[in-house]
Amino acid sequence: MLRFALSRLLLVVPTFVGITLIAFLFIRILPGDPVLLMAGERGVSPERHAELMAQFGFDKPMWRQYVDYIGQLLQGNFGHSFSTKRPVLEEFMARFPATLELALCAIVLATVLGVAAGILAAVKRGSWIDQATMGTALVGYSMPIFWWALLLIILFSTSLGWTPVSGRIALTHYFPSVTGFMLVDSLLSGRPGAFASAVHHLVLPTIVLATIPLAVIARQTRSAMLEVLGEVYMMTARSKGLSPSRVIGLHALRNALIPVVTTIGLQVSVLMGGAILTETIFSWPGIGKWMIDSISRRDYQVVQGGLLLIAAMVMLVNLTVDLLYGLVNPRVRHV
Amino acid sequence: MALLEIRNLTVSFETAAGRFHAVQGLDLAVDSGEVLAVVGESGSGKSVAMLAVMGLLPDTATVSADAMLFHGRDLMSLSPRQRRRLAGRDMAMIFQEPIASLNPCFTVGFQIEETLKRHTGLDAAGRRRRAVELLDAVGIPEPAQRLSSFPHQMSGGQCQRVMIAIATACTPKLLIADEPTTALDVTIQKQILDLLLRLQLEHGMALVLITHDMGVVAETADRVVVQYRGRKMEDADVLSLFENPQNPYTRALLSALPENAVGGRLPTVAAAGGWETRP
Amino acid sequence: MTVQTPDPTLDPVPGAGPAAQPVPPLLENWHYFTRSRGAVVGLGVFMALVAIAVLAPWIAPHDPAMQYRDALLVPPAWTAGGREAFLFGTDAVGRDILSRMMHGARFSLLIGLVVVTIALASGIIVGLVAGYVGGRTDALIMRLMDIILAFPSLLLALVLVAILGPGLFNAMLAIALVLQPHFARLTRGAVLAEKSREYVTAASVAGAGHLRLMFFTILPNCLGPLIVQATLSFSSAILDAAALGFLGMGAQPPTPEWGTMLAEAREFISSAWWVVTMPGLAILATVLSINLIGDGLRDTLDPKLKRS
Repeated sequence: MLRFALSRLLLVVPTFVGITLIAFLFIRILPGDPVLLMAGERGVSPERHAELMAQFGFDKPMWRQYVDYIGQLLQGNFGHSFSTKRPVLEEFMARFPATLELALCAIVLATVLGVAAGILAAVKRGSWIDQATMGTALVGYSMPIFWWALLLIILFSTSLGWTPVSGRIALTHYFPSVTGFMLVDSLLSGRPGAFASAVHHLVLPTIVLATIPLAVIARQTRSAMLEVLGEVYMMTARSKGLSPSRVIGLHALRNALIPVVTTIGLQVSVLMGGAILTETIFSWPGIGKWMIDSISRRDYQVVQGGLLLIAAMVMLVNLTVDLLYGLVNPRVRHV
Repeated sequence: MALLEIRNLTVSFETAAGRFHAVQGLDLAVDSGEVLAVVGESGSGKSVAMLAVMGLLPDTATVSADAMLFHGRDLMSLSPRQRRRLAGRDMAMIFQEPIASLNPCFTVGFQIEETLKRHTGLDAAGRRRRAVELLDAVGIPEPAQRLSSFPHQMSGGQCQRVMIAIATACTPKLLIADEPTTALDVTIQKQILDLLLRLQLEHGMALVLITHDMGVVAETADRVVVQYRGRKMEDADVLSLFENPQNPYTRALLSALPENAVGGRLPTVAAAGGWETRP
Repeated sequence: MTVQTPDPTLDPVPGAGPAAQPVPPLLENWHYFTRSRGAVVGLGVFMALVAIAVLAPWIAPHDPAMQYRDALLVPPAWTAGGREAFLFGTDAVGRDILSRMMHGARFSLLIGLVVVTIALASGIIVGLVAGYVGGRTDALIMRLMDIILAFPSLLLALVLVAILGPGLFNAMLAIALVLQPHFARLTRGAVLAEKSREYVTAASVAGAGHLRLMFFTILPNCLGPLIVQATLSFSSAILDAAALGFLGMGAQPPTPEWGTMLAEAREFISSAWWVVTMPGLAILATVLSINLIGDGLRDTLDPKLKRS
C-alpha cells in the first residue's frame, strides 16, 4: 500500500511543477507592460517604473525570474494583493474556510443523496422510480446553476421568505472567528440562535452547489451498481442465505463504490467552478468570489496566486482520492 | 424418500422477444448420499432448474411446479426468509467461474466466516478456527495465512477450493455444483472433482453435478439426467445410460464423443457418408 | 438477433431460423438510437431549436434590440398586466424577451458549434500525435493535458478571458482550450488500443504513410467515444459560455446571449421573475435536449454499454 501511495505522489510532482509554470507565465502573457498592469490606471513615473521593474525582477532573464518565483513560493510568498496590500496567501487563508465549509456540506449532501438514489434506481431498474430519479438527475446537470440559484432565491427567499438571500450568518450575530467554519464558531460562541442562523444561511448555497455532483454521482452509482448486480459473486452471496439488505448494502455497494470514489474526486474540480458562481450569487465570502472580484479589479497578483493555490488544492484532493481508491479497491494495491 | 424431489417444474422468463421457457415440465429426484449428474448442451436449462431450487433466480423469472420438496418440505410454500435460512446451511451451490464467484473486495477469511456467522452460533475465534479447518480440508496449503488473501491473489483452482469450503462450511445435505471445473485447467479439474467426491462421501451429502462433459459423468455419477431445451430426455443410472441409451438425443450426445469414434471418424459423420471422394 | 421459441416437436438438431438480412450500419445505429424515447424527444427539441435559431430574424415577433419605452418590465402575456404583443414579457428597457431568446438561440448554438469544432479538431490532432508517436512526445503532451485538467475548468476559462479580454469570441476560445484535453485523452487512448491491431499493421505493410495511417486507418475506428464526448462538450460549452456571460466576461450586453441576459436580470429577482426565469429555461431546454441525444448516442455507439 505504501508503494502505491508513493507512486501516486511521484506522478503528481511534474504536474505540480507545470502548474507553477503556468501561474508564473500568467502575468507575463498579459498584453502590456507588467508593471503598468499592476499599477492600474494611475500610471507610474519612469523612475518608479524602473524601481518596480527591479523590485519585481522583470528586468532579469525569464528562467531567472522563474527560479526566483519558485523560491518565493517556497517561502510562502504568493505575492501581494494590489487592492488590499495584504499578502495573497493571507487573503486566501482568510477566505478559504468559507468555501471549504460550503464545499464540504455540498459534497456530503451530494454523496449521501446521490449514492442512495443510484442504489434505488439500480435495484428497481426499469421501474418508474428508476426513470424518475435518472430523469431528475439529467435535469440536474443540464441546468445552469446560477439560474437554479436565482430560481431558488425567488421561490424560497422572496416568495416564501424561508431562507436568507446572502451572507453566512445574520448580521445581528457577531462573534470572533475561531476556526473560520461558521457552523463550528457559532456553536462555540454560545450565542442563542447563532447556530440556527448559520445553518439557515447554508441551506440554499449548499443545495445549489450540490446539485451537479449529486446528479452525476447518482448516475454513476446506478450504472456501477447495475454492473455489479450481474456479477457471479452476487449469486454466491445470495446462495449463502444472506439477507437482501446485506447482499446489496455490503457485497454490491462495496464494489460499486469503487468507480464512484473516482467520480467524487472529479467532482471536486467541478465544485470549484460552481463555487465561483454560487458565492457570487449568495455573496458568500469565499475564494470563488474573491477570484472573480480580483479578475474584474485587475488585481493580477491575486489572480496568479489564487490560481496556483486553488489548482494545488484540487491536486491535493485528487491525490487523496487516488489513495482512497487504493484503499477501496484491493486489486490495485497488490500490483 | 428422496432428499430433493421436483415434479413438473417450469421456469419461464419475460424477455424483450416474449416469454421464454427455460425449463418445461421437469421431473427430478436426488437421494441422500447420491451423485446425480445433469447433462445437456448450453441452453438446456440445467443450471436454471437448480437455481430455482436454491431460490437464486431473478424476479423476472416465473417458477411453477407441482412440487419442489426438499427433505419433505415444499420449497414453493416457504417464505423468502425461510428459504434464506435453508440456503447456505442445508443446501449450497458452487458456480462455474471460481475467481468471479468470490467478492474481490473482501478477504477469503471474511467470506468463509460470513457463512458461519449467518448459520452457526460460533464466536469470532470459533469461526476463525473453523475457517482454517475448512481451508485445510479442501487442500489449501498454509490455511491460516490464506485467510487474509484476496481472491485476485489466488489461482482459479484455489478459488474453487475456497468456494467448496464456503459451500460445505455448514455441512449441507445437498451440494449443487454448476460446471465447477469447466473454467479450470485439465490437471486441476481432476483434483477438484476428487475433492468434491471425497467431501461428498465424508459428509454423506447429495451432490448434483451439472456438466456437459460426458467423461466427468462416466467417472463420478451414480445417476444421470439428460436435458435438452428445458425438457428431460432421459433419466437412468450411469451404467445403463452409457451402455444402452434409450433416447435418440442421448444417443446423439454419446456418439459425439471423440472416444466413440470408429475408424478415425465420429459415427454420425461416418454415417453421413460422402467422405470417400474427398482427398 | 432472433430468439427461438422451443419447438414442441422434438428435434435433435436445432433448426436454424430464416437468414437475417444484413442491415447497413447507419440504419442499424438509427434503429438503436430511436429505441430510446428520451433520445428521440431530445433530437426533436434540438431540431426545433435549430430551426428557431436559423429562422429567428424572420419569425421573431420583434427586433431584439428594439426598446419600447412604454412597455418596461411588462409581465408575460398570460399573467395579469401582461400584453399580447409580448408573450414572455419585456425586460428593464422594454425589449421583448421572446425575441431576445430566439436570437439568443443563434448565439448558443453557434458557441456550441465553434467550441466543439475547435476542441475536437485540436484534441484529435494532439491525441493522434501523442498516441501514434509515443515515447517522450507522448509523455510531454499528456503531461500538458494533465496540467490543463488540474485547473477547475471555469476558473481557467475565466483567467484566460481575463488575459484575452472579455468578449464572446475570446470566451469561445478559452472554453475550447479547457475542453480540448478530454478529446486529446480519448483519442490517444483509442489510438494506443488500435495501434497494435492487425489491420493497422496490414495497412502499414501495404505501404500506407504515417499521416494516412493516423487519419484514415486508425481514426475512423475511434469515432464512437469521440462523438459521445462531442455532444457532452457541446452542452458544457453552452453552459460555460452562459456562466461567463453571467459573470460579465463573455458576450457583452446588449448581445442577447442567454447568460448575459441573466446577468442583466439579476437585480429583478424580487420584482420581475420572468426576466430571470425565461432565458434560463431556454438554456435548460437546449442543454437537456443535447444531453438526451448524448445519452442515446452513447447507448448506440458504445457496444459495452448496450442495454439488453
